[in-house]
Amino acid sequence: MLIDWFTVIAQTLNFLILVWLLKRFLYQPILDAIDAREKRIADELAAAATKQQQAVKQRDDFQQKNAEFDQKRQALLQQATAAAETERQRLLKAAQHSADELAAQRQLSLQLEQQALQQQLREQTQQQVFAIARKTLSDLSNKTLESAMVAMFMQKLNNLPDDAKAVLTASIKKADNVVCISSTFALSDNEHATLQQAVNSSFALAATLRFESSDKAIAGIALSAGGQRIAWTIDAYLSALEKTITQRVTPPSC
Amino acid sequence: MNLSPDQIIFWQYGVVKLNATLLYTWTLMLVLVLGSWLITRQLSHTLSRSRWQNMLEIIVTTLEQQIREVGLAEPRPYLGFLASLFLFVAIASLATIIPFYEPPTGSLSTTAALAVCVFIAVPMFGIQQQGLLAYLKAYTEPTIIMLPFNLISELSRTLALAVRLFGNMMSGAMIIAILVSITPFIFPVVITLLGLLTGMVQAYIFFILAAVYIAAATRVSTAPQDT
Repeated sequence: MLIDWFTVIAQTLNFLILVWLLKRFLYQPILDAIDAREKRIADELAAAATKQQQAVKQRDDFQQKNAEFDQKRQALLQQATAAAETERQRLLKAAQHSADELAAQRQLSLQLEQQALQQQLREQTQQQVFAIARKTLSDLSNKTLESAMVAMFMQKLNNLPDDAKAVLTASIKKADNVVCISSTFALSDNEHATLQQAVNSSFALAATLRFESSDKAIAGIALSAGGQRIAWTIDAYLSALEKTITQRVTPPSC
Repeated sequence: MNLSPDQIIFWQYGVVKLNATLLYTWTLMLVLVLGSWLITRQLSHTLSRSRWQNMLEIIVTTLEQQIREVGLAEPRPYLGFLASLFLFVAIASLATIIPFYEPPTGSLSTTAALAVCVFIAVPMFGIQQQGLLAYLKAYTEPTIIMLPFNLISELSRTLALAVRLFGNMMSGAMIIAILVSITPFIFPVVITLLGLLTGMVQAYIFFILAAVYIAAATRVSTAPQDT
């Protein structure tokens, strides 16, 4: 007999016990572990999705802020560039103005210096001319420069045209016959007398002469009264000399 | 030579006896339960886990997937019964590589017991799923005339389950025993390997057929609407 009924019943019980034991020790723990892991993975995936959404949002925010920052920076840069350009122009104008002022001042000071130098040169030249003339006159004709100048002035006074003489006479009369004789050098009494006589005779009146001497006022001898003036000076010679020297000294312009 | 391990009796008192079938069954049960307990007592619920746990998870999830593919959309209530069928039959045939071991499935008593379990479990699951009347009504489908044929079908398929497994397992053991006595070196090894394959296939067939029967019993009421 291939079937033993006791064994069949025992094996049935054995199998039912096995099913219960395996459920208790195998399927349930394994399925619980799988479910827990699946739940954990699902939770982690959900958390990751949330984090990814947050990250995307943060990235978008960051990109937006970055773009805004770039725009602001660009605007500020343009503003700063414009301000710098304006400041540069202002500084350039100020510097140019300062440079112009400095140049003008320098030009002015140069002109002043040149004028002073010319004046000094003129005076020195005048002194030298007079010294040479005095020496030359003394050596050649035993005459003083003053007497020569007076003679020259008297000659000019005598050769004065009638209309000019009339104007001068009116002026002398207008000044109460006071005539001022200015000269570079102090004149002697003889020369004073000679001049007094010459004036009286030339203008036909009794003039009161007042003598003044200054080496800076005039380079020669002059008569002035009532706003009119007649003089003999070496200014023309000095100007010619000065012009000649200037032409020689100044380098030719290219 | 014994056709069945039932015939190897170690102790007997009246009808109560301790034969090789029961002894090897208990041994297998001990190995299965002890192994499961050892592995599952320290289960990891995190992503890192032991190789043994991985192996058990693969086995359980594969069986669950197979049950689902048969047609039971929610396999958890049936997993304990069906997976136990597969594991018991598979381990019983896998253990044939151990010398002097007799597979308990080589006993018609054991296969009959398993078939009886299926025979009882199928209506139980069917009634649990769709109620007593609906389940009984399924035997009269498509007409009342089919009632006796359906009943015969129930009985015959249970018998077929028992005899199929018994025949395959017993024949394998018999062939090995015969070959050992004739050519004791090479052929028994080859046939043992073939027996292992056959045993696995039989375990799968038994498991799948039981699943199909349960699926049919729990889906009867919806079947006409599907067709």
